[in-house]
Amino acid sequence: MTSPGGRTKVSPMRLALLTDLHANLEALEAVLEHASRHGAEQLAFLGDLVGYGADPGPVVDRVQAAVATGALALKGNHDEAATRGPPSVMRADAARAVTWTREQLSREQLAFLAALPLTVERGERLFVHASAAEPADWVYVLTASDAGRSLRATRAREVFSGHTHTPALYHLAADGSIGAFRPVSGTPIKLTAFHRWLVIPGSVGQPRDGNPAACYAILDDEADVIVYHRVPYDAERAARKIRAAGLPGDLGARLELGG
Amino acid sequence: MRIEPGAVIDGYTLEERLHGGSMSTLWRVSAPGQPPRVMKMPVLREGDDPTAIVGFEVEQMILPILQGPHVPRFVASGDFPQPYIVMEQIHGDTLRASLDRTPLDPEEVARVGAQIALALHALHRQHVIHLDLKPSNVMFRPGGEAVLIDFGFSRHDRLPDLLAEQFRLPMGTAPYISPEQVLRIRNEPRSDVFALGAMLYHLVTGVRAFGFPTSLRGLRKRLYRDPVPPRARTPACPAWLQEIILRCLETDPRERYQSAAQLLLALRNPGQVPLTDRARKLRQDGVMAVTARWMRTLGASPADWQSPALQIARSPVVVVALDLLGSTEALLSGLRVTSERVLSMHPGARLACVTVLRTSRLAMDQTVDEEGRNLRVLRLVELKDWARPLGLAEGRLTYHVLEGPDPASVLVDFVRQNGVDHVVLGARGASPLRRYLGSVSAQVVAESPCTVTVVKVPRTGEDEKEGEEAEAS
Repeated sequence: MTSPGGRTKVSPMRLALLTDLHANLEALEAVLEHASRHGAEQLAFLGDLVGYGADPGPVVDRVQAAVATGALALKGNHDEAATRGPPSVMRADAARAVTWTREQLSREQLAFLAALPLTVERGERLFVHASAAEPADWVYVLTASDAGRSLRATRAREVFSGHTHTPALYHLAADGSIGAFRPVSGTPIKLTAFHRWLVIPGSVGQPRDGNPAACYAILDDEADVIVYHRVPYDAERAARKIRAAGLPGDLGARLELGG
Repeated sequence: MRIEPGAVIDGYTLEERLHGGSMSTLWRVSAPGQPPRVMKMPVLREGDDPTAIVGFEVEQMILPILQGPHVPRFVASGDFPQPYIVMEQIHGDTLRASLDRTPLDPEEVARVGAQIALALHALHRQHVIHLDLKPSNVMFRPGGEAVLIDFGFSRHDRLPDLLAEQFRLPMGTAPYISPEQVLRIRNEPRSDVFALGAMLYHLVTGVRAFGFPTSLRGLRKRLYRDPVPPRARTPACPAWLQEIILRCLETDPRERYQSAAQLLLALRNPGQVPLTDRARKLRQDGVMAVTARWMRTLGASPADWQSPALQIARSPVVVVALDLLGSTEALLSGLRVTSERVLSMHPGARLACVTVLRTSRLAMDQTVDEEGRNLRVLRLVELKDWARPLGLAEGRLTYHVLEGPDPASVLVDFVRQNGVDHVVLGARGASPLRRYLGSVSAQVVAESPCTVTVVKVPRTGEDEKEGEEAEAS
C-alpha cells in the first residue's frame, strides 16, 4: 500500500519491548494484556527472562511460545547464569536465586535459554540486553557517556536494551553531544532521523525506580515512534510466591517498593 | 532531488513556494483526493550550523501530538531523501503583515492579543512552551481563532529537548525573546507571556520594545533595562493596556501574568485591570532600579523546573457562576465556601464572578434597553456584595454580567472564550419553574471543556418533602 506520506513497508508493526522479566509471571501477564490492548502485534524480549522471581518455568514457556510465532528474544546475564551456574562475581542473594532457578527449569527450558542470542540486528535497529559495546560483559548503561559508548559500538541508528531496570532514553546528535531523558508514561516520542537513540524500556519483573508498576514500551516500527508504559500489577502476590519458594525475602519486598 | 514546482515527494506534488527563510521553506503541495496542504522542509547546507535540522526534528516530534484549532493539523512527515512535514494549510497572512499598519488602535491590539493568549493557553495545556512567539508565527482562521505555527524552538515537557544539549547560544527571535531565554532557560512557560507582551507593545506603538539587538550583549540588556513605557510613545495607548503590556514584560517571570488565561482575562476586561505604577509611568526606570536589576543578573541561575501544565494548574482561572435571583441564601453561601476552598489550594488562582442576565430574544426597544442597563448595574452590585466576604485582593477578582436568552450556552461560551480552568456553580433547584427551564448545571457540566464543580446544599428532611411535592406537581 502506498499513500502520500506513508512510504511502502513490507510489514509495519507495533513491537512491544519487554526486558528484565525476572520470572515474575504476574507482571508479565499484566504487561502482555496491556500491550495487546494497546495494539502491540509482536513482542521483543531483551533478556533476563529468569532470576529473582518465583515463576521461571511458566515465564520461559510464555516466551518460548511467543518466539515460536515470530517474537524476538535475547539472552541476559541471569539467563546465562541459569544455564551455566552462578558466576563468582554475583551477589549472594542473586546467586542463591540462580541456583534455585536452575532447579526449577527443565532440560528443554535450559536449552532454550542457552540458545538465545546476545544481540539481534534488524535494519537500523540493534537489540541487546546490556551495552552494545561488549554485549557479553553485561556492562550497565547508567549515564549519558555509557549510552554514548554503547551507540558508538554499533552502526545501528537505534539501540534497544535493558539490564538497568530503569526506563531511560538517550539521544546522540551528529556533533557527538548526547542527552539523557527520563521518559514519561504514555507520551509518543518520535525517534527522529538525524539523531541516534538508545531506548531502555525499564524492567517488567523488578522495577527499581521507586515505582512498583511494571515497565515496558511499544515501538511503532513504521512511524519510528516509541511510547513508554507503566502497568500496575499484583506485586503483593508475586512477592508472596517468592517468600513461599524460600527465596530471599528482600527479593519480594523490593517488588512491592519498586526499588 | 530538485526542489521545484512539479517535483513529487512521497506522493505530494510541489505546487507553489509560499515562503523561504533561513531555517526552512514552505510549499503548497497537492495530492490526489486531498485538499491543498503545506509542506515544510528544513534548509540543509553542508557544514552549516545544525539548528535548522534539529529544529525540524523538534517540530516533527511535537506537531503530531498537538490538537485543537490553535495549531495547524499535522498530516504526514518523512526523512529520506528529503526531510519534510506536511500540515494543514492556514490561509491568509501572518500577523507580521499588520506591523505595516502600526500603531494599531488599542482596542484592536487587545482583541488580537486576547485571541493569541487563548491559543497560547491551549498550547500550554498540552505541555508545550512555544519559545518563538512573534508576529510571523501567528495566523488566524476565518472565525478569528489564532493559530500558532513553527514549533522548531519549542519545548514539550514530556519529550526529550534535543535543542538543550547541542546549542550554547540563546534560541529565539531578538525583539521578542524573554530574559530567561537569553540565559538559555527553556522550561519557563511565562517566557511566552513575555513574548506576547513584546508583540502587543510593537502593535500599539509601532516600535519594538527592545529594538533588534544582534549581539548577545545586546540581548542581555533586557535583563535589567525596562522598555520606554508605551504611553510615552503613543499617548493614545490607554493606561490599562500599558499596565498589561508592562506586566507581561517584567524581567522576573513571577511578576508577569501567571498564565496566558490570566492575561486573556485582563485583555477582555480592561475596566477591571488594577492600575499600578506601571500604568502611570511615562519614563523608563531610574538608574538606581536598573542598577539593582543589573546586580541581580550577575547571580541569576536557572529557575526550578516549570512544567507548563503544572504552572497552569497552580494558576487557574476559576469561574463561579451565580444565579442571583433563583438561588437560596444557603446555596449562595455554599458557592462561596466551595470557591474559597478552590482558591485556597491555589494562591495563584483568579476568580471570575459571573452572572447571566436573561434577555428575551425579541425585546429590543428603547425602554427595555434602559431597563437592561439598570439591571446590569444591579447585578454587578450584587456580584460584588456576594464576593466581599471572600476578602480577595483586587487583582484576583473580576466581575462579569453576561446576557443571553439561554444562560447555560452563555456560560459555556464564556468558559471557552476565556480559557477557563474550573467552573463552580449551583445545582439545579427543585422549583417547577426550574424544571420547566431545564438544568443549567447539567448542560454546563456536559459542554464545558474543563472541570466543573456543582455545589449542592445538604438537604434537610423538610426540603426533601418540598422536593417531592414539586416532583408531583
